[in-house]
Amino acid sequence: MSLLSINGLSVKFKQRHEDLVALHNVSLSLERGERLAIVGESGAGKSLLGYAIVNLLMKPGFIAEGSIKLDDRELTRLSSKQWQEIRGKKIAMIFQDPMVTLNPVLSVGDQMVEAIRSHTRINYNDAKKLAIEKLAHVRIAAPAQRFDQYPHELSGGMRQRVIIAIALLLAPEIIIADEPTTALDVTIQAEILQLLKQICADNGVALILITHDFGVVSRIAERTLVMYAGRIVEQGPTLEIINDPQHPYTQGLLNALPQMALPGQRLNQIQGNMPPLNDQPRGCAFHPRCPYAEDKCRIQPPDFIFSGVSTVACYAIEDMLQAFEPLSEEDADD
Amino acid sequence: MNVLHRPPVEGGSERVTRLRHVLVAMRGDKLALFALLIFAFYCLVALLAPLLAPYDVNSTEFMNLENAELAPAWQTGDTRFLLGTDTQGRDLLSVILHGTRLSLTIGVCAVLIQVFLGVGIGLLSGYIGGRLDAFLMRVADIQLSFSTMMVAIVVLAVFQTLFGHAAYQQLAMLMLIIVLGVAEWPIFARTVRACVFAEKEKEYIDAARILGVSKARIMLRHLLPNTVSPILVILTIQIANAIVAEAALSFLGLGMPPNQPSLGALISSGFNYLFSGAWWISVFPSVTLILMIFVMNLLGDWLRDHLNPQVTRG
Amino acid sequence: MLSFIGRRLLQAMFVLLIISFVSFMIQDKMGDPVRQMVGLSVTLEQREALQQELGLNDPMLIQYGRFLGRAIQGDLGTSYYYKEPTIDVIASRLPATLELSFAALVLVVLLAIPLGVFAAIHPKNILSRAVLLFSTLGLSVPIFIVAVFLMYFFAIEWGLLPSFGRGETTSVFGLWQSGLFNRDGLQHLLLPSLSLAFVLTPIFIRLIRAEMMDVLQSDYIRYAWAKGISAPRIYFIHALKNTMLPVITVGGIQLGTLVAYTILTESIFQWPGMGLLFMDAVTRVDVPLISTYLIFVGVIFVVTNTLVDVVYSLVNPRVRIPGYS
Repeated sequence: MSLLSINGLSVKFKQRHEDLVALHNVSLSLERGERLAIVGESGAGKSLLGYAIVNLLMKPGFIAEGSIKLDDRELTRLSSKQWQEIRGKKIAMIFQDPMVTLNPVLSVGDQMVEAIRSHTRINYNDAKKLAIEKLAHVRIAAPAQRFDQYPHELSGGMRQRVIIAIALLLAPEIIIADEPTTALDVTIQAEILQLLKQICADNGVALILITHDFGVVSRIAERTLVMYAGRIVEQGPTLEIINDPQHPYTQGLLNALPQMALPGQRLNQIQGNMPPLNDQPRGCAFHPRCPYAEDKCRIQPPDFIFSGVSTVACYAIEDMLQAFEPLSEEDADD
Repeated sequence: MNVLHRPPVEGGSERVTRLRHVLVAMRGDKLALFALLIFAFYCLVALLAPLLAPYDVNSTEFMNLENAELAPAWQTGDTRFLLGTDTQGRDLLSVILHGTRLSLTIGVCAVLIQVFLGVGIGLLSGYIGGRLDAFLMRVADIQLSFSTMMVAIVVLAVFQTLFGHAAYQQLAMLMLIIVLGVAEWPIFARTVRACVFAEKEKEYIDAARILGVSKARIMLRHLLPNTVSPILVILTIQIANAIVAEAALSFLGLGMPPNQPSLGALISSGFNYLFSGAWWISVFPSVTLILMIFVMNLLGDWLRDHLNPQVTRG
Repeated sequence: MLSFIGRRLLQAMFVLLIISFVSFMIQDKMGDPVRQMVGLSVTLEQREALQQELGLNDPMLIQYGRFLGRAIQGDLGTSYYYKEPTIDVIASRLPATLELSFAALVLVVLLAIPLGVFAAIHPKNILSRAVLLFSTLGLSVPIFIVAVFLMYFFAIEWGLLPSFGRGETTSVFGLWQSGLFNRDGLQHLLLPSLSLAFVLTPIFIRLIRAEMMDVLQSDYIRYAWAKGISAPRIYFIHALKNTMLPVITVGGIQLGTLVAYTILTESIFQWPGMGLLFMDAVTRVDVPLISTYLIFVGVIFVVTNTLVDVVYSLVNPRVRIPGYS
């Protein structure tokens, strides 16, 4: 049984006439202690998926269909009180920009202690002790002094460490990190990633890392899931996906990495832009930008198939597999 | 030259679509539509007051003490005076129509001065920047911190003492317009400045500068058009504020004289008779004033929500 | 930080200098100290001599310097009407105005914070829309209309509350005549402070609502939800604290409006405070009193605004003072 399993999740934005679909039929599972990366361009819906898991969608977004199960407990039907018990305690979050994530008028200590005391009956002094311990755990120097400081007195990297420490306070089962290093200096990014990876490994916490950067993915995640226009297009072991991408979009993303271009060559961009929510193409959402697009891509979206490397939604892969290996349909049903 | 002429055109068409957008949105919002209709009605009444009023306020027979303090028509059955008469026997409806006209005139004229000063100072401050900007904005802050009402009360009180009561009454309207106009320029200046700051970083302004277009021309031809919609947003609320301020000043005896009453002066003269039972003399002008200010505030809020959400608030 | 405070103080001094100059000009142009001292029954020569003696023929700047010197010692002239030092007259009226403003502010805080917060948390709620509509309506009713109709109904028609004056006062430590400690004084206070609160509350409801809605959209609030903090704690600790900072600055700026409104309220309810004193002085052409009031109110403004700025920058150094670039 998976720790977290999401089935057929759809997220929509309420509109006056017809609701806009932001996430289409997303399914995924996460094992205990596993590190999963969700990759895609901005607007692919990866952050939205992260917020949907903890029911923090901003209005007018809402979960229209599907189920989210944590330890076999259905989350989508919880009351707001029950949600509050899950957030922070079972599933912790790390946001993108540490400069705006901590409340500017509350001290670091206040923001840590309140997180502890919202979930456990524990007196202030013990909570403070725990908080300082966790600050030390994320390798913050002079944790007792930091405890009394305000966010503006800390650097960006330091604040992100504080946020990681807050995530660890209640020994959660899952940490969802939404672009945790994007807003930081390049020199600090590697440190924070390493810290995050190590802390998850040490404490047996599962990690969902949301990012647009394959460089980050390769360093951390065991498994990777690629999203495009609110849909999952490919998922599989990180190494396989990086070394042998199947979906044309994944190939395009990897080709666009600066290190993939030869010196003096132009960067390989994917032509065109992601379609806006109110103007989604029929069929496969990627077909307007896809070099292999055929007629059937424009009519009906493809189903997932197992390519032998990863699970992919693409007719081109399907055709190729059928041509070479007629028996592959059985695998696809798995 | 192409570079120079494109942006204003774009701005123009953008403004047209924005206007259409506003009109479409307004159709969907009953409250806003209602407010707009009432406001239009007020403007019409103010324009046509001399034609609409049942009596000629300038004629000598208008003031007839025999008719003083008559209750509204539905109480007395006297159909000559629909809303009754005031203490000097004037037909209340005619007086209110003219008072509305006067109040709106003072409000609009005062705000025109505000716009003129505010746009000029805001453009200069925003475009030239640096020390001049810092200085002008500090002055604006300080002036705002004293509050318009306070400044107006003090200035008008001092002038009244200086000129004497009788002479002051002759000049009351002009003084009100000038004082209310000058006291609130910072509101427009800040908004225009913020707008200019946002716009002057754009490439077409750079292009114009490099091509040697004069500062004055850049400000008037390129920067000014961009400030139109934020100005519109604060315009209605500013007029409403000016009218309320005028009414309050008239109430204190620093505004319009009783023989040339604005709504505020009417209300304040009516208060003396409220306690003797002649409620209509103050109630009707009060309702007229409150409804006018209310619809203007509604319209202003609505415009702010739909034209641009980031108007700097005082 | 220190240079910021220094600049603010310098600026405050400058503004005070301008205010004092204006009120000096008022006294200089409108008052005639000679006539005040000796009346009309003197010869032209005697007048000349007296003017010379009083230094009234000196250059204006020297006279202004002398005026400033006296002002710093607390001598701003003698009221024509009360025949007392103007500063004493105003000081004796200060408690009444302060108590009125204080009572009004308490009402405003009690009403505006819960209503503004509620309207921000539930923007679509029918009650919030009603609150917003009523606050727009409240904004549209001039204070003198509110005051007169409150007085008409509560004092005249229904006879529930006194209609004017301050009622009984008790002396506190012999320094302060207070109306807050007896029933009669409080009854007199109710209507004037209600009128003031009626017009100030809508301003603050709208302000608190707008600021709070901004704050609720911010990342740190979303993060607080993600930490599993309870809703009351998020609204009243996380959000309200951040909301109140800008509200307090704007509140400081509204002080001018408050003073202007006290003038109107005091005139209507014959409340014996500084505002009524000022309007009486205007009617009586009591020039020294007018100019002293100006200086007095000017000092209060400048001191409060400077304090608000400095305190704000101390509490919240990460925020740039608006308009101070």
